[in-house]
Amino acid sequence: MNTKPNVGPLLRIDSIHKQFGQLKVLTGVSMNVERGEKVSIIGPSGSGKTTLLRCINYLEKPSAGHIYIDDKLIGEKEMGGRYVHLSDRELARERREIGFVFQRFNLFPHLTALGNVTIAPQKVLGLSRKEAEDQGRKMLEKVGLSHKISEYPERLSGGQQQRVAIARVLAMQPKLMLFDEATSALDPELIGEVLRVMRQLAEEGSTMVIVTHEIQFASEVSDRVVFMDQGNIVEQGKPREVLFKPKETRTREFLKHIQER
Amino acid sequence: MGFWEIIEKKGWYFLTTLLDGWPETLTVAIGALIFAVIFGLVVALLRLSRWRMLRWVSTAYVEFFRGTPALVQLFVIYFGLPDAGVNPSPMQAAIVSLGLNGAAYLSEVYRAGIESIHGGQTEAALSLGMTPVRAMRYIVLPQAIWTMLPPITNFAIVLLKDTAIVFAVGVVEVMPLARFLVTET
Repeated sequence: MNTKPNVGPLLRIDSIHKQFGQLKVLTGVSMNVERGEKVSIIGPSGSGKTTLLRCINYLEKPSAGHIYIDDKLIGEKEMGGRYVHLSDRELARERREIGFVFQRFNLFPHLTALGNVTIAPQKVLGLSRKEAEDQGRKMLEKVGLSHKISEYPERLSGGQQQRVAIARVLAMQPKLMLFDEATSALDPELIGEVLRVMRQLAEEGSTMVIVTHEIQFASEVSDRVVFMDQGNIVEQGKPREVLFKPKETRTREFLKHIQER
Repeated sequence: MGFWEIIEKKGWYFLTTLLDGWPETLTVAIGALIFAVIFGLVVALLRLSRWRMLRWVSTAYVEFFRGTPALVQLFVIYFGLPDAGVNPSPMQAAIVSLGLNGAAYLSEVYRAGIESIHGGQTEAALSLGMTPVRAMRYIVLPQAIWTMLPPITNFAIVLLKDTAIVFAVGVVEVMPLARFLVTET
């Protein structure tokens, strides 16, 4: 394994393009995320935020460009000067290190909360059932759901489901966590409990990339805010600059539009 | 003799005679069912594969076995295989041909069940580091089984009755016994 100290950025996105048929969704996006950094991505719908996030763990294959985590290529490898896609097994191994929280939770309905949190550590990392359950209980406790361990997802509220989904990601101890509009599918009164958990993770030093519409949350939690529009980054910088003193007209218009809601 | 008279006099004899064929009927039906349940899943997974060649082969298989009569398939296997140097017993030919035929139907049941599971389930499994095979085994199939079960039961019942065609290659099950009774009266 790689023994040299990791000094470069944790995540390096190098000129990602993504095209669905004729539709150009990403047009050469590049950015770095440092270890422990919290980056929020904001922007109008259709701006490519979600697609960019999905490209990072190769749920979506970029049409061009490369993703690196700890300087290691994701989803492909270089062979004789050419880039080739990884096998299913190799790709799965890389994905262990990248947690993904979905807008619609995507909990496994045939498993209890604890089952959801323990299945990947057992089947992917090879933990024993007991090890996985001990760890799973800790993770559920961390998201405030110790009392819901044996409930099935359909008996949980949206906010509780999303917190189980976060615990499920934490159980894999990822280097990087990606949040795809984690609160957009929730009733307003349930958003707070999920944001609280995310805030706690941020304070503990996790590296997070957060696609969100929660401007207030983004300004409080992130080290950097990235504004995307029409498939690329328009403006980025400290939250107070991008959110309160934006340089670009498009950013101003978007923020104005959001505040008028 | 009228119908009811015959039933009254010989009903018990008919029934016991017919029941003599049950072990054969059940052997063929259960054998073919096990064959179809397992092989059908293989066919379904091939059809959902990302390699076009495999999809093409399995589609051709399904269309062929659903598009031709089961009796013809049975004849091809029983009378055709000896030319290829394999000599199946009537029972073996019956199980294999009904099994191959059933696999084609069941593969569509499996496919529908698998496709009924929301794509987000597979994505969540993949994002946790599962391979597509593990995602299918631990996440998709355990959920899909509940939509598949009723049509599988349905198929098993139809199969049990369709075993009647195997008397055409000389497996003595319920059907030939019934015909024997018809000629006897």
